[in-house]
Amino acid sequence: MKYLKQLLIIITVSLMGELLHEMVPLPIPASIYGIAGMFILLYSGLLKVGQIRETANFLFEIMPVMFIPPAVGLIKSWDVLKTHWLSYLAVTLVSTILVMAVSGLVTQAVIGKGGSENE
Amino acid sequence: MNEILSASVFIGPFLTLAAYVLAIEIRKKLRFGLFNQLLVAIIICIAVLVLLDIDYETYNQGARHINVLLTPATVCLAVPLYTQIEKLKKNFPAILIGILSGVLTSLGTVLLMAKIFGFSQQEYITFLPKSITTAIGMSVSEELGGYVAITVTSIIVTGVFGNIICEAILKLFGIRNRIAKGIAIGTSSHAIGTTRAMEIGEVEGAMSSLSIVVSGILTVILADIFVSLF
Repeated sequence: MKYLKQLLIIITVSLMGELLHEMVPLPIPASIYGIAGMFILLYSGLLKVGQIRETANFLFEIMPVMFIPPAVGLIKSWDVLKTHWLSYLAVTLVSTILVMAVSGLVTQAVIGKGGSENE
Repeated sequence: MNEILSASVFIGPFLTLAAYVLAIEIRKKLRFGLFNQLLVAIIICIAVLVLLDIDYETYNQGARHINVLLTPATVCLAVPLYTQIEKLKKNFPAILIGILSGVLTSLGTVLLMAKIFGFSQQEYITFLPKSITTAIGMSVSEELGGYVAITVTSIIVTGVFGNIICEAILKLFGIRNRIAKGIAIGTSSHAIGTTRAMEIGEVEGAMSSLSIVVSGILTVILADIFVSLF
């Protein structure tokens, strides 16, 4: 019963997220409503982490696998990309590195001023 | 080959899981820092499809069922977020400013490079939401008039690249604080990067999860303004 109940809770929150996504006319996906909903349940104490822990850990373990099929699907996009692929790739890679560096350095600098939390 | 293999819906899930488990085993054997299991699994899958001449549709008719679990898995990212709530509260301004700086960097870099490469307005819009999670990025691109298929491609490449490169970049720029590491990974490479952050540690995973949500929403708000800057 443990996994069954845990899965039921997680699926219920996912369903609520999808329903909200359908009803609210904002470009916010179901999973974001779902995270917010799950967070509120945990924070309010209505739900304990222990009530979903094992199933959540299972889902985290297989989560990277869920990105493999869409990534493999990139082999089909070549026709659309082939004329400008180099500039497209440059924009994608350069911005990823810059965003990572800037957001990390800024966060670290602001935390540093408060003077705590290193490692 | 396609006729035989398309008889079973399990060919896609089998190939995907086998490739990923194999990639993890190779990683264990090699103990090589830059080795990325997600990238290797993707390469194995593509190689098998090409070598055995299997259509992507044949593969994906089963493999897409794996993606059904993506929303439940994402919903569970609230767990590390909740368990790290004290760190989140204590460092709230730093976290918010950090994510905002990342979002502005993403939009600003795309603007600058689009100018340099002489992109059309539509191409420029296509890349504006490239750093955020697929579901939000797609709707931003669609709403503002980009090429949605290219946006999705760029988002996936961003995520996989961030997943591969994050540890090297964090080291290179001396980003050692665990909160800052998580913010950097999640803001730059959304959920695909976050799976790596979860492996690095719980604080990193929680902060990276938070960044997916916050950077996604900030991008929705700010992309509109950036469209008019081109």
